[in-house]
Amino acid sequence: MQTLTPEEKQELDLIANKMRSQIIEMFHVAGGGHFGGSLSVVEILVTLYGAVVRFDPAQPRWEERDRVILSKGHASGALCPVLGHWGFFDEGLLDTFNQLDSPFGMHPDMNKIPGCDMSTGSLGHGLAVGIGMALAGRADDKDYRVYVVLGDGECQEGTVWEAAMIGSHLKLNRLTAIVDRNRLSLDGATESINALEPLADRWRSFGWHVLECDGHDPAKIHQAIQQAHDYLDGPTVIVANTVKGKGVSFMENKYQYHYAILTNEELEAAREEIAR
Amino acid sequence: MKSAKIPQWTGDPVQPLPMADVASRVAAGLCLVEEARSNPDIWALTSDVLNSTGLVPFAKAFPERFLNVGIAEQSMMGIAAGLATCGKIPVAATFGFLASMRACEQVRSDIAYPNLNVKIYATHAGVALGKGGTTHHALEDVAIMRTFANMTILEPADVLETQKVMAAAVAHQGPVYIRLRRGPGPVIYQGELAYQIGKANLVREGNDLTLIGCGRTVGECLLAAALLTQRGISARVLDMHTLKPIDDEAIAAAARETRMVITAEDHTIIGGLGGAVAEVMAELGLATPLRRLGVRDIYAGIGGEDELLAKHGIAGPQIAAQVMQFLE
Repeated sequence: MQTLTPEEKQELDLIANKMRSQIIEMFHVAGGGHFGGSLSVVEILVTLYGAVVRFDPAQPRWEERDRVILSKGHASGALCPVLGHWGFFDEGLLDTFNQLDSPFGMHPDMNKIPGCDMSTGSLGHGLAVGIGMALAGRADDKDYRVYVVLGDGECQEGTVWEAAMIGSHLKLNRLTAIVDRNRLSLDGATESINALEPLADRWRSFGWHVLECDGHDPAKIHQAIQQAHDYLDGPTVIVANTVKGKGVSFMENKYQYHYAILTNEELEAAREEIAR
Repeated sequence: MKSAKIPQWTGDPVQPLPMADVASRVAAGLCLVEEARSNPDIWALTSDVLNSTGLVPFAKAFPERFLNVGIAEQSMMGIAAGLATCGKIPVAATFGFLASMRACEQVRSDIAYPNLNVKIYATHAGVALGKGGTTHHALEDVAIMRTFANMTILEPADVLETQKVMAAAVAHQGPVYIRLRRGPGPVIYQGELAYQIGKANLVREGNDLTLIGCGRTVGECLLAAALLTQRGISARVLDMHTLKPIDDEAIAAAARETRMVITAEDHTIIGGLGGAVAEVMAELGLATPLRRLGVRDIYAGIGGEDELLAKHGIAGPQIAAQVMQFLE
C-alpha cells in the first residue's frame, strides 16, 4: 500500500494551514461564513486533491477525472480555496466569495466554479449523485473514482441512508464516502439532538465497508483511502474523526461557530493562531 | 374559486373519439425503447414501478442501461443527476405525484438548478390513477415544475404525440418533465404530425372561441367543440403540449381572433395550464374573457378516471355545458 512520506505529509499540513488562513480571510471579506464545518473538513479535501484525486485543472470536465462531491455543501468555504490552490482558477478571485454574482458562494455551484463536480448545499443529496457517477463509470469501463464528502449531521437525513442502501446493493467499489465526524451540527451536539452513534455500525449494517481515521492527519486519511481502494466488494465509508472549528482554538468544538461573523478581536486571534 | 355545480350537457351526444389500442404508459415505454436503439446514452431508471411505468421492454432490451432503485424516488433523481454529469441521458420514471412532490427538492436542486440533462418520466398524471385517491393523484405537478428555472414541461395528447414528445425530450439539452398518463386514451392525431417544443398544435379550426387543452383534455376539448357545433358555435382547439415554455403567440392569436379563451386541464387550475395562459394574456393586456377549467382548489376525490374528469368539469360534455353557461 502506498503511504505518504513524512515530507509529503508535512507538505499537506502546510497547505492545510494555508487553506485555513484563506478561509478566515475569505469569510472576513464576505462578512461571515461557515467556519466550523469548513475548518473541520480541510485535511480531508487537502488530502484528496493533494495526494489522491486524479484531475487536470486545465480540463475541469475531463472525462477520466476522479469526481469529488462536497455533499456538505456549506463547507464551500473550504472547497473553493482548495480548488484555487490546485490551479482550477486564480486564487485572487476568492476575494469575491459571497459577493453579488461571484462564482463562489456559501454553497458551491458546479456551473460557476471550475473543478466543482456537483452543485450542493441542501444536505442529503450528494451520495445519490455519487452513485450515478460511479454507475456511469462502471458502465463505460472507466477507472475513475468517486468521493462523496458528507457531514456527520447530514447523516440525520433519510436520503443518506436511502442512497447508502442503493450504493451497497450495487456494490460500487469505486465509490468512497468520507464522513466529516466533527460531532456538532448547527444547533449543538449530534449526540444530544439526534444521536448518530453507533455511526460506524450503522454504515456497516447498510452493507458498507467502514473505516475510521483521524480526520486531521493527511497520512491517516490517505492510508484509509488507500484501504478503501483495496476493498473491491462494495463501497467504503471513512468516518473521519474531526474537530469542528479545527485550528482556531476559540472555535474548536463550539457549535456557535457553525456559522459566524467574527469580531475584530476574534479575527486577529484567528489570524495569529493560524500564522503560528 | 370553489365551484358551483358543474352544468350538464343537454344536447345530443356526439361520436366519441377512437381509443388507442395501447395504454398510454405502455406506448410511452415503447417510444423510449425506439429512442434508445439509436442513442446509447439513454438510460432508464425507475423506483419499483417498472410495470406501472411501461418500462419492461426497455429493461429487457437494455439491461445494462436500466436501474430499478427500489422505493426511493429522491435517490433516483440524484442518481439520474449523477449519470447526467457523465454524459448520460437518464430518464427517471415514477408516478407524477412522486416525481413532483416526494422528489421535488432533488428535481429542483440536483437537476434543474445545475441544468442537467435528465428527463423526468412522470406517469399517472392528473386523476389518471383515479381510484387511488388524493395521495396518488398528480394535480399539482405542472404548477410545481413550472416554477423551476431550466425546466421544460411536455404533455402529449395521444400515442403519436407521445412518440414526438419522447424524441423531442431526448434531443433537448436540459431537464424535461414529461407528463404521461396511464391507460389507453383517445386518438387525436393520424398520419403525419409536425411537432416542435414550445409550439402549440392547432387541432381544430374555429373562430368563435378557443379551447386550450393539454394531454388528456385535448381530446375532451375536441369532443366539446363537436358538441358546441350543435349550438352553432365554432370552437378552435389548441393542444398546448408544451406547458413550459408556453406558446404565447398561439395564446395571443386565440385571444385576438376569438371571443373567449377556455383552458381545460387535468390539474388544479392554480399554476398549471390555466395559470400560464392567464399570465400570458394579462401581461399582453388582452382583455378577452378567460375561463379556467380544472380541479378547483379541492382534492379530487375517489372515482374512475373518466368519472373524475366529468365530476370536475373537464370531460367533453361538461366543458361544452360550461362554455354555454359562460356565453350566457
